[in-house]
Amino acid sequence: MKGAFIDNLPKVYGLYTGGFLIFVLLMAVLEQMGVGADTIGILFVAFTILIYAGIGWLSRTMQVDAYYVAGRQVPAVFNGMATAADWMSGASFVAMAGGIYFGGHGYLAFVVGWTGGYVLVASLMAPYLRKFGCYTVPDFIGTRYGGNLARFLAVVILVVASFTYVTAQINATGTIASRALQIPFEVGVWFGLLGILLCSMLGGMRAVTWTQVAQYIVLIIAYLVPVFWMSNKQGFGVIPQLVYGDAVMRIGELEAMYNMADLPKITEGVKGGLRALSVPHAAAGESAMSSWKFVTLVLCMMAGTASLPHILMRYFTTPSVRAARNSVAWSLFFIFLLYFTAPALATFTKLQVLDPNLATGIIGKAISEVEALDWIQKWANVGFLQIIDANGDGMLQLNEFFMRGDIVVLATPEIAGLPYVISGLVAAGGMAAAMSTADGLLLAIANALSHDLYYKIIDPKAETRTRLLVARILLIAIGAAGAFVASLKLTSILGAVAWAFDFACSGLFFPIVLGIWWKRANQAGAVAGMLLGFAAGSLYLYWVAPAFLGNEPWLGIDHLRFGIIGMPVSLIAMVVVTLMTAEPDAETQAMVDEIRVPVGETVIDSSH
Amino acid sequence: MANDSRREEHWARTKRLMIITLSIWFIFSFVVHWFANSLNAFTFMGFPLGFYMAAQGSEVIFVILIVWFAWSQHNIDKDTGFAEEE
Repeated sequence: MKGAFIDNLPKVYGLYTGGFLIFVLLMAVLEQMGVGADTIGILFVAFTILIYAGIGWLSRTMQVDAYYVAGRQVPAVFNGMATAADWMSGASFVAMAGGIYFGGHGYLAFVVGWTGGYVLVASLMAPYLRKFGCYTVPDFIGTRYGGNLARFLAVVILVVASFTYVTAQINATGTIASRALQIPFEVGVWFGLLGILLCSMLGGMRAVTWTQVAQYIVLIIAYLVPVFWMSNKQGFGVIPQLVYGDAVMRIGELEAMYNMADLPKITEGVKGGLRALSVPHAAAGESAMSSWKFVTLVLCMMAGTASLPHILMRYFTTPSVRAARNSVAWSLFFIFLLYFTAPALATFTKLQVLDPNLATGIIGKAISEVEALDWIQKWANVGFLQIIDANGDGMLQLNEFFMRGDIVVLATPEIAGLPYVISGLVAAGGMAAAMSTADGLLLAIANALSHDLYYKIIDPKAETRTRLLVARILLIAIGAAGAFVASLKLTSILGAVAWAFDFACSGLFFPIVLGIWWKRANQAGAVAGMLLGFAAGSLYLYWVAPAFLGNEPWLGIDHLRFGIIGMPVSLIAMVVVTLMTAEPDAETQAMVDEIRVPVGETVIDSSH
Repeated sequence: MANDSRREEHWARTKRLMIITLSIWFIFSFVVHWFANSLNAFTFMGFPLGFYMAAQGSEVIFVILIVWFAWSQHNIDKDTGFAEEE
């Protein structure tokens, strides 16, 4: 039965994709028949969550291997899709295009960092960890270096990094659920959590894998369709990603025409989270400092990508080492499809708002005329957008129009005048993106606590049944904790997401890389590297973050880049302490030799 | 043991491939973007080049780089006899 399912994957997911497209068409027909926009939104979100829950139920398991690593039989292409969904969060889906809209070239550091990190995953990490045969990342640290302390530190860093990230995802599912289903945010958060747990609780990694593939298909359709449609409807070009160069140039002209650099910044009366455009779209800073800020952010995001356990553990599920390598290539390809579309979307949306020659342009028009537009009214009502006539001339200037970045994705269909069915599709896509990432993160945390803390450290004699029961209880408890923190609305989505990468690279990057590439690396070194790197990064974050002490950043290293402090401390501590202590025993060195070649059995035997 | 010399050759070639891969990665992750402002003076496919490299160019190269890396590493594994049986 299971074998038949694996063999028929292309057919199963082909049918699923066809079914989803038919559902979209059906919704379009309902819209034409006069069914309200709210009903269509509810149907979209409810229907897709029901499908994911169904997959979760069908993938239920009581086997350790299936629960932790999906039985190690996920083909490279499908693991690539699952990783892409695991990777692309609510922030990538909803906030990235908005970030580029406001941040221009400087924000593209995230796009470069979040793609280039996979080069590190492919060349330094994934194939070797697959050969090792571990269930979790701390499992590798604990077995390679030996001793409960190393394992325990890895668990702590994993939990801090992933928990920072997961609250933002549960927050995003809550936001989308509350808007689509018209329920209060606090209820939406718990509803989102319920959906997330339905996908992961019964089948662990196996269930998460097959729901993530389904979620990738929904999210990529939901992201690409509106952009292609908008581009063609507005006459920008057939393939928007290839033709927005002229639009980039035109925005440069308009920025000069509106005199953007010299417009006064208006802050009085502006609602929280809203901004006006003030940063040039394509122009990069001239100073060495702006280049430095770009490359440091790129480095933190890349090293973080290569250290985040919820991504690394996806490559434990492939049938072979070679498949793990190929799977990284597929992952990046599937991620690339969305990431090279986001800048195009941001550019075209900006052009549509700015250009007075386009019918959609609003800057330079009479404010009374702009306020009469449907999409302006709708998003102003929910506090996503605001117009302040600061100079009282009745005309809308560039510095008088405020909005939230999220609008770029959420309101594209309306700005370009597409049917409502597209907005429903976008809501379903955002939900899929946030749910799939939350699932991966929750599972990474719960697995590390159940496998490494409970089974390996506390009770090594535990029965399979008990282990899997503990894993599931932890999953619920951590999910509930995440939903509780999210319901307090403490952080903006993106600040927290960047922090997760910095935490992960400060503490885990060098202990993992050197564990594979430096045979001499030993337990004392790894412990020092994790402890000091993570502590230095965290203390610097506390010192610099506006939410904490808020000191002036040193050399431009602000709270988004604190991995730049943590990583060198981790590297130096690890190398120095390793060289001061004895080299690892012959058995450990032989183990490192063994993970460096693909052929043969995994280093840890499969029933551990 | 013949196995040991094969192992050494495999690891030497693997290390060399890693260094080449990461050198290309370094150029398109950091060097190119450090000079974004100067590159913007050039136009590519209608884009200012510095912007293009950050929005699309580096990403395209990363995808190609990983595909090439996976292919090359498999060849090394096959040549030295360490590839898995299919």
